[in-house]
Amino acid sequence: MKKDMTRRDFIKLSALGLGASLSACSETITWDDLFQKKFQEMKPDEIKRFLKKLEDRYSKKYGKTFTVKATPPQENVVFGYGLDLSRCIGCRRCVYACVGENNPSRDVQIHWIRVLRMKKGEFNLEKTEPYYDADKVPEDGYFYLPVQCQQCENPPCVKVCPVKATWKEPDGIVVIDYNWCIGCRTCMAACPYRARKFNWNDPVLPKDEINTDTHYLGNRPRMKGVVEKCTFCIQRSREGKYTACVEVCPVGARKFGNLLDPKSDIRYILDNFRVFRLKEDLNTESKFYYFFSLG
Amino acid sequence: MMEGFNKHVGVALLTVLAVMLFPVSALIVSGADMEYSFDSPKVFSSEMFPCSACHAGMKADSTRRTLAYHTEIQLKGHGETRMWCFGCHNAGDRDKLKLAGGEKVDFMELHRLCGQCHENIYKHWRAGIHGKRTGYWDGPKRYFLCTFCHNPHSPRFKPLAPKPVPLRPTETLRGRK
Repeated sequence: MKKDMTRRDFIKLSALGLGASLSACSETITWDDLFQKKFQEMKPDEIKRFLKKLEDRYSKKYGKTFTVKATPPQENVVFGYGLDLSRCIGCRRCVYACVGENNPSRDVQIHWIRVLRMKKGEFNLEKTEPYYDADKVPEDGYFYLPVQCQQCENPPCVKVCPVKATWKEPDGIVVIDYNWCIGCRTCMAACPYRARKFNWNDPVLPKDEINTDTHYLGNRPRMKGVVEKCTFCIQRSREGKYTACVEVCPVGARKFGNLLDPKSDIRYILDNFRVFRLKEDLNTESKFYYFFSLG
Repeated sequence: MMEGFNKHVGVALLTVLAVMLFPVSALIVSGADMEYSFDSPKVFSSEMFPCSACHAGMKADSTRRTLAYHTEIQLKGHGETRMWCFGCHNAGDRDKLKLAGGEKVDFMELHRLCGQCHENIYKHWRAGIHGKRTGYWDGPKRYFLCTFCHNPHSPRFKPLAPKPVPLRPTETLRGRK
C-alpha cells in the first residue's frame, strides 16, 4: 500500500475496482443496466434494443425462446372488469389460470388473485377466509369474493411511489416497471385491496410452467426485491384477447371489456345490473365492478 | 364425361366428410358487427346420436314411466312433475327439438328452446353476460350453448372440487426456514 495516496490515485483505483467487480458479475449486471433510462422516456428504437436484450437474457436463463413485447395501449380504450357475485362458486380456477399465464413465483408463493369466502348475510372484509378448504364448492351458507388489482382510476399506489416506477397507462391499466422498482413496498401499504405482492426471494419458476409470451410491463420474469400485481393480462388484453381468468371461469362470472364502448359487455353490466365497487368510500375510483345478475 | 363424374364423386365425398365432421365442429355465425362461434351441444359427440338410428322404427310413447333405456336421464329440478320427453324433443323427427308452438329446431339452436321459459337468462346470454365467453373482447367470440354447462334434464350447476388452498405465509419458503 502506498504511503501517501493522492486523490488522483484513489479515483483511478476505485474506477479499476468498479470495472473489475462489474466484469466479474457481467452475467447479471451490465453498464447498460446501471445507466438504463426510464421505460417511459425511451425512444422506440431504444425500447426495441432493450427488449431484445431482455429476450436474450431470459432465453439464456430459462432455456426457452422468450418474446418480450411492449404492445402500446389501443386508442379510445379504457378497460373495465365485471365480476358476477351471484355466479362465483369459489373454485379458484382463476387463481391458477393467472399463475400459469403471468409467471409469478411459486415459492415464496405469489397469487395475484385472492378468493375470499364470506358468510351469507354479512359483508365484513375483516371476517373473510382466503384459506377455505372444501371438498366441493360452493359451500352452503357462504359466498365468494375474488379480489385482485382493481386498476383504480385514482390509484393510491401510484401516488406514493417515491421513484415513479408505477403508473397508470392511458388504457387504465396500472403497471410497474420492475427494472425501476426499488422494492420499498410503500405501494403495498397504500393499496387498500392488498393487490400488490413482493418478491422476497429470486422467483421460483418451474421451467415447464413458464409462459414465454410476455409483456415488459406485465408477465415477464421478475427479480428479487420488486413488487408485482395483476395487469388485466396486459400481454393479452392489448391484443384484444380476454384475460386468462375470464377464459377459465367455469361459471362465466368474469366479464371484461372497453368502458368507452357503449356496446361492450362491461357497459351492458353497468346499464342493467346492481353494481358496486370495493371500498368506494376511499375515492380510488376502481374499474373493477362487482355485480349481481340474480336478485 | 369422366371428368364430370369425378367431380360429382368429389363433391359427394366432401359432403359425406362434412356431415361426419359436423358433429364435432363448431358453427360460425356472423352477427351485426361481430362473429360468434358456438360450441356444439354434447349430444352430437354422444355415441347415441343420431337418435333416429334407434328411434326411427319405434312408436312415440308419451306416457310418464320409468325409462327402460336412457336410465341416466333423470328430470331433477327441471319441472319433473310438469315436463316429459316430448315437451322438448320432437316426436316426429327424433334428431330435432320442438318449440312450444310446434316449430322443429335443430340441436344447434337449442338456446331458442330454453329461452322460451328462461327469457331473462336468454336475454343476458345473448348480450354476453350469462355464461362464459372466450376469444376477443373486441372481436370474434366463442359462445357456449346452454347444454355445454347445464345438463338439460337436471340443469342446476353441479358443485366442483376447488383448486388447492393458497399457502399461508408460514408455509412459504421464508416461513419454513
